[in-house]
Amino acid sequence: MSENMTVKNNSVLSTLGNVFTKVKSFREGTLILIILAVCVIMSFLSPYFMTWGNWRAIFLSFSTEGIVVVGMTVMLIIGGIDLSVGAVMCLAMCVAGRLFLMGMNPWLASIIALAVSAGVGAIMGYFVTKIGLVHFITTLAFLGIARGSCYVLTQGSPLSLFTLPASFKFIGQGSVGPFPFIIIIFLIIVIFSDFMVRKSSIMRKVFYTGSNEKAALFSGIRVNKIKLGVSVLCSSLAGLAGIIYMSRFGAATPGFGVGLEMTTISAAVIGGASLNGGEGTVLGSILGVALLSIITSSLILLDVSVYWQDLVKGLILLFAVSVDHFQHAKKMKA
Amino acid sequence: MSSEVVLAVQGIVKDFPGTRALDGVDLDLHKGEILALVGENGAGKSTLMNIIDGVLQPNEGKIRINGEEVVLHTPLDAQRYGIGFVHQEIALCQHVSVAENIFMAELNTSKKSLVNYNDLYKRAAEILAPLGAVDPKKRVNELSISNQQIVEIAKALSLDCKILILDEPTAALTESETDALFKIMQDLKAKGISIIYISHRMAEIFSQCDRVSILRDGVYCGSLNIAETDSKEVVSKMVGREITNLYPPKFQGDCTKEEELLRVQGFTDGFRFNDISFTLHQGEILGFSGLIGAGRSEVMKAICGLHPKIGGSVAFAGEQISISHYEDAIQRGIVYLTEDRKVEGVFLDLSIRKNISALKIDQVSTNGLVDRHKENGLSDEYAAKLNIKCASTTHDVSSLSGGNQQKVLLAKLLSIRPKVIILDEPTRGIDVGAKSEIHKLIRNLANEGIGIIMISSELPELIGLSDRVLVMHEGDSCGIICGDDINEKKIIHMASGLEKVGV
Repeated sequence: MSENMTVKNNSVLSTLGNVFTKVKSFREGTLILIILAVCVIMSFLSPYFMTWGNWRAIFLSFSTEGIVVVGMTVMLIIGGIDLSVGAVMCLAMCVAGRLFLMGMNPWLASIIALAVSAGVGAIMGYFVTKIGLVHFITTLAFLGIARGSCYVLTQGSPLSLFTLPASFKFIGQGSVGPFPFIIIIFLIIVIFSDFMVRKSSIMRKVFYTGSNEKAALFSGIRVNKIKLGVSVLCSSLAGLAGIIYMSRFGAATPGFGVGLEMTTISAAVIGGASLNGGEGTVLGSILGVALLSIITSSLILLDVSVYWQDLVKGLILLFAVSVDHFQHAKKMKA
Repeated sequence: MSSEVVLAVQGIVKDFPGTRALDGVDLDLHKGEILALVGENGAGKSTLMNIIDGVLQPNEGKIRINGEEVVLHTPLDAQRYGIGFVHQEIALCQHVSVAENIFMAELNTSKKSLVNYNDLYKRAAEILAPLGAVDPKKRVNELSISNQQIVEIAKALSLDCKILILDEPTAALTESETDALFKIMQDLKAKGISIIYISHRMAEIFSQCDRVSILRDGVYCGSLNIAETDSKEVVSKMVGREITNLYPPKFQGDCTKEEELLRVQGFTDGFRFNDISFTLHQGEILGFSGLIGAGRSEVMKAICGLHPKIGGSVAFAGEQISISHYEDAIQRGIVYLTEDRKVEGVFLDLSIRKNISALKIDQVSTNGLVDRHKENGLSDEYAAKLNIKCASTTHDVSSLSGGNQQKVLLAKLLSIRPKVIILDEPTRGIDVGAKSEIHKLIRNLANEGIGIIMISSELPELIGLSDRVLVMHEGDSCGIICGDDINEKKIIHMASGLEKVGV
């Protein structure tokens, strides 16, 4: 009888074990487990952690960044990197803000600002594909150019946009039922792009290019066109985030978004994107940015000084990259 | 040749996940001999050499050096026992000098904080002197491939090695460079150094080596004295069956009377090739011959929109077409197999499936989304057709041997049902068994009415397969030969620029 029980117990345990290894076997699974673990620990340490208010704040904090992370993920998959996202995001904000203050309709101003950020992406893409510069240095130069333009446009001081119409403020401040509208935009973009990254044939071409650019060229893929497109996509999403922030804060600040490249690249790499290209998923990257946000929020709830945040984020990035490196090394050996 | 055994491996077993790469392999190496190691791709040659070099650890078995049992944990251990390994791919630091490369290990362990460069150059010159004229001060990336190989060998010799492993050293060398290498090997042999020589080229093995050891599917199939055997016996031991009728029968009758598929006229890029014209007909295999660097690959790439051109026209099935990007060529059914499999061919870290479907992803997509069922069906169909040896097409291409990677590339070309196939060195670095399989496949495709252009630097293959041969010399066409004119003497004459036919 008792023997039977142990057998049964064992089989239950082993099924659980199997499920566990299966969940662990893909990157997103591991991340979900880590996030759950952090949540469980935090719920004991702080009574406020598991409140709707806290979660709403966490979601709000990473949903706008999450839109930029989507673009960065695609950029990493193709084997590139974009250091200019924070500056381009800010540029869109400042362009729209300046145009609005000059009397333009805020919607039209936003569309022009989006076009400007897409244009910056196209110019960067041109330098990468036609001139043949590497992404790193091109986007570093445009980080400077875009940030500089922000200071020129604003003359260095924040533009106050409290006169924005309510309909426009709704993007960043409104709610549908209990859900902030930002989160809804974010979810739509994430779900759509995750699906596209997994299934679409155009994204498959991005994966081919990131995996081996020359082989992609020798498979008839218009590599330059694809690279240009990804560059435009990444900058446009950064621009969109800038517009959303403008609506949310009712201001355009020329120093906004500094260090965004670090957060977004970290999130994507934590989520399994490879800096060598050819790997990455939107879901993974979003879980990565969620983890970073949850940890930031936890540090605040635990009364840890804000000054520690970047340090902790850096350590997490170092850890994630090391894990990634070891997994690759293991794969190479096998 | 003395009978003193310098290296003996016994009962080596090596397991990789899912496969047993080596199953009880023995190998003896005598002092001052050149031992050829042969086997098809995937037979375990590289695995065995990596074990001898300390890169991999065996699951079972012993290694004895000069009769003493040793355990080699790292390549450094192997170096200490006097084992030098010249890899197939050159692994030098491209941006530093020859001398610094040769003494890399020494500089690495040196406790001095400054390098005496004059002394370094002098000693490098001493080691290089018997090998060939290489300036120790030059940067490695300024050297030709063969001279880089000489640097690799010098590097191994600088460590005072007694056992030298050469993994397909002639794959990237020209004929005269190969001869120079052989002379070096014989000199080293005379000095009492033992060499393990891995090669697919029977002629080289029979002219240079003393004995040959054979591996097949990870199993040791014995060693033969070169003097007492012939290439037929070696090949049949390697493959495990007799290889008969190496080349399938050629096109019966006059292939130029068949329907014209491709008419290339006056192709010029102003640099690598000049005024190249030819036609290709249904069911024909048109060989392209010439020395390395004669511009053959560039012409083919230009036809496919993969290389710029400044003049010339292409007619496809009688209709003038313009191809500005390779995608245009693929849409017409003109496909190109690259000569550089690793760099321009496969996506190593993607699955076999994704590799096969890459040429025309739209073919397996609906409404812009990749249809998994279609993709899997197509890939599995062609993987089976080409007899790709893999447990599943979901595995990464990097898990396949060279021959099977080549088959993946061929499957990729065939999956779009092409009308013209351009093959650039289709059997480079491929073992005998897979080679004859690919030869048969090429002829079968021609028999189905596909026009085939084949660039090959291997004359027997070119002569055995081609219905007509166009020979190039320094970017110019030396004319097209057919029938009995397709022979080694004539082709070499034309390729050296000594003779032109009908131009």
